[in-house]
Amino acid sequence: MPELIITKDIDAPGLDSLEGYRQHGGYEALGKALKEYQPDELVEMVKKSGLRGRGGAGFPTGMKWSFPAKNDKPRYLCCNSDESEPGTFKDRMIMEKNPHQLIEGVIITCYACHISTAFIYVRGELALAGRQIQRAIEEAYTAGFIGKNILGSGFDLDVIMHRGAGAYICGEESALMESLEGRRGYPRLKPPFPAAIGLYGGPTVINNCETLATLPAIVKNGAEWYASLGTEKSTGTRVFCLSGHVKKPGNYELPLGTPLRTLIYDEQYGGGILDDRQLKAIIPGGSSTFILGADKVDTPLDFEAIATAGSMLGSGGVIVMHEDTCIVGAVLRMVEFYRDESCGKCTPCREGTYWMTEILHRLEYGHGRESDIDLLMDICDNINGKSFCPLGDAATSPVTSSIKLFREEYEYHVRERHCMVGPNVGAQFIAPAPGR
Amino acid sequence: MISEQAKQRMRDLAVRYPVARSAVMPALYIAQQEEGYITQEALEAVAEAIGLTVDDVESIATFYTMYYQRPPGKKSIKVCTSISCYLRNCDALVSHFEERLGVKRGETTADGNYTLLTAECLASCGTAPVLQVNDEFVENVTLEMADTLIDEWNSELCQNLSSQKI
Repeated sequence: MPELIITKDIDAPGLDSLEGYRQHGGYEALGKALKEYQPDELVEMVKKSGLRGRGGAGFPTGMKWSFPAKNDKPRYLCCNSDESEPGTFKDRMIMEKNPHQLIEGVIITCYACHISTAFIYVRGELALAGRQIQRAIEEAYTAGFIGKNILGSGFDLDVIMHRGAGAYICGEESALMESLEGRRGYPRLKPPFPAAIGLYGGPTVINNCETLATLPAIVKNGAEWYASLGTEKSTGTRVFCLSGHVKKPGNYELPLGTPLRTLIYDEQYGGGILDDRQLKAIIPGGSSTFILGADKVDTPLDFEAIATAGSMLGSGGVIVMHEDTCIVGAVLRMVEFYRDESCGKCTPCREGTYWMTEILHRLEYGHGRESDIDLLMDICDNINGKSFCPLGDAATSPVTSSIKLFREEYEYHVRERHCMVGPNVGAQFIAPAPGR
Repeated sequence: MISEQAKQRMRDLAVRYPVARSAVMPALYIAQQEEGYITQEALEAVAEAIGLTVDDVESIATFYTMYYQRPPGKKSIKVCTSISCYLRNCDALVSHFEERLGVKRGETTADGNYTLLTAECLASCGTAPVLQVNDEFVENVTLEMADTLIDEWNSELCQNLSSQKI
């Protein structure tokens, strides 16, 4: 059995209460961190562990912690629990089933980074997760793990749970801070980066929920232990959210470097493709990452190998599609998401996602033109790297990668005026109402 | 009516944050709980409690989709239609609800009982297709389950109605 950090006791009854969490060794790491380590030593420990952010970009956590500007402004921690990336459902599980592990990680991080106010930004739609986090914060206050002079260390911390209200863009760190400050969730121009000028103008550390929930185990077992898991550059385990056309979708924690094939086919995990069909495509890290063909199924799930294969590990949301999936239809559905969630601040993203949806819609429903495929590529070129924040870039990933891998399926839609595979084969569509 | 108690909770939130303005989102939730949606009175109450202009509060309330601009039905059904649910045939589920409830997505039934909405990825892709009713999850939803749910809601709403009459 591989070592588990996030999901070890996840189904233990009562784990979501402070008492239950302590029965499984909860808050021991906090005591150890406060008593045995200076803050800087913890930063060094996390650097040595090799832990990289679990939100999407995979930035080394310890390095992020060493960036906050040294000035007299108050410092803040924002826990990004605005989980909304299509195909991702791990942070929701952590918050609902084991909220205290996140809280403990938050406290350790604040101690290490000299922070006295932390915010946990919970996605609005996740009402139960929000309630669980709120209750865990209150229990931790009562137990003296949050508040003044924590465990007699002289360290003070205030933690506030803040609920979002339905906006994917608030998962982008600068938009998250805008939202926390009580504004519309529009991204900020970078630089300055949050570590220099962040929340309320103070130096700010922003970490993903799973990243923070991993910290107690690192403090308890040591950096070397953590670094021994996974691969040399992608250390540790992570929770892969397996969804789509597999027999047993769900959250599976595996050491980084485990082949995609194991996750998808192993009886302990995905159990194979739904209805024993052929694998067609895999999205390895949420809908914002490039689609991979079935030939990449032996790629190890680590940051480097997935990058070499032509995609990104992203949020760990592995979406599997079998042979009956119409790629144009699936890509249309993904791009609709970005159209709806574009904040509208910048033109390339706002207009580009709208027009891509229109074009994909007419292709899917048999009204596409020969020139549409290149037109899509041209629009992607005008969005990519020219949008204000990464949402625009993300919207182009499914489009460019699918055209690269499945161009003949797009051409088939233009030529035959219906889908090549799937339930709509041979259906001659009458022009439906446009996307909106 | 926004109660005095609700207004006090908003004022308490305004001092809870390092900057009062940060309380605008939770205060809007409180107002929505009181009124069912974001009314003019709700905007005014939040503006007064937090110390912002009404226009400013409105600009925030209209950015985030979870603040209702119109009164929703007693049961607000959100069916996820993003990629993982799409691969598990959520479109058939949406059509089924449209047929059973006699409304299109985005609409509320004439009796004000149901609002049918589609939602972006609800972070429940491992148990697709998924829906939320009044923000609580129902996972691995089949068409049969949808029928059972509607029947249960119908009788629940019916009972509420008759107990109100008494």
